[in-house]
Amino acid sequence: MNIKILGSGCANCVNLEKAARAAAAELGLDADFEKVTDYADIAGYGIMRTPGLVVDETVVLSGRVPTVSQVKELLSAQLGS
Amino acid sequence: MTQAVLQRPAVRRWGGLTLAAVVVVGLYALNEFFWTWLYAGVFGWDITTGWPSMLHFFSYDTIKITLLLVAIIFAITVLRSFASIERTRALLGGRREGVGNVLAAGLGVVTPFCSCSAVPAFIGFVAAGVPLGVTMSFLIASPLVNEVAIALLLGLFGIGPTLLYVSAGLMIAIVAGMIIGRLHLEGWVEGFVFETKLRGQVIDSTAELTWDDRLQMGREEVASILRKIWPYLLAGIGLGAVIHGWAPEDFFARFAGAGNPVAVPIAVLLGVPLYSNAAGILPLVESLHDKGLPMGTLLAFMMATVALSLPEMILLRRVLKPKLIGVFIAVTAVGIIAVGYLFNAIIG
Repeated sequence: MNIKILGSGCANCVNLEKAARAAAAELGLDADFEKVTDYADIAGYGIMRTPGLVVDETVVLSGRVPTVSQVKELLSAQLGS
Repeated sequence: MTQAVLQRPAVRRWGGLTLAAVVVVGLYALNEFFWTWLYAGVFGWDITTGWPSMLHFFSYDTIKITLLLVAIIFAITVLRSFASIERTRALLGGRREGVGNVLAAGLGVVTPFCSCSAVPAFIGFVAAGVPLGVTMSFLIASPLVNEVAIALLLGLFGIGPTLLYVSAGLMIAIVAGMIIGRLHLEGWVEGFVFETKLRGQVIDSTAELTWDDRLQMGREEVASILRKIWPYLLAGIGLGAVIHGWAPEDFFARFAGAGNPVAVPIAVLLGVPLYSNAAGILPLVESLHDKGLPMGTLLAFMMATVALSLPEMILLRRVLKPKLIGVFIAVTAVGIIAVGYLFNAIIG
């Protein structure tokens, strides 16, 4: 599973990455994390509010920092599809 | 007990909210009384002059402003959770100038937005075909009319100046965006913006939110804004307290009062490079207003400080060429100066 954290390095992006790493660890997922900081790339995903969370090239969340359990739900949903 | 609560989540949710509202209103009502009782009654100080007066003002103002911020940021965040930037863009796509600018300025106020998202939002709007001038109306209105300033103006000056501030902010954003649109400055936008291909499906960040989510977002936003602004707030109130206690009555009025025709542009020129936020500026504005400075000059100063900041310009430099940033600053500053004169003429 490929997980991308989209954002230019503000506090929200750091918090999102923490939550996503914790969620992946709790689910026992073999995920590689990538940070996307380039604005053109971020906007290319259709995201207009950072931070954004992209799982296997699908945008699953933008504009807010979720809790670990919310990220777990999003990741599980993405696994199922 | 736990089971009963779980069966009635709505009662718990709205009951908790009502309780919180009662506590905030109660503290607000008792605030001045408490500090007067403590300093004048218990300690026996004369709180009308000197440092006891400053301490009284500082204690009272800190609590009052914090309570106002908590209540109003919470309410505005919950209301804003019904708007989203994705829907805003869809509404603005293909709009002509004029109607588009008016809509963009209005949506700039209600759409949840932080300046750290200014660049992706700008690219997202322009790449989706929203005209440059309309996009600029959105980008100007968003920081210019902000919830912290609304909260503080409402609490410190009442509904009249607050409405003037909101309508002035909208007016500046509409006109500035229209001017930038008319000048056809698309060539001064970095080329990659127009080449950005929007791929992937757009998700609506506010879809399927429950009331519990919205209230949670309100609580988080209150905590995150207070964490961010408290040093500015304390510095502003501290400086306000010093002015309140020490500055001679006519000191500021003599230099920047209604009699000085260039007070407004000077206030704006001072405000542009000053990097603070509404929380730091408004306590200062309150004290200066008490000392006889006209509201229009003070509002112009506050708007210049919050709307045009160096960090945001550095961010926007990624998508706008320096010439366009110059036009953006000049048009907005001129708008703020005009509004300052207008207010001084209307309310003095």
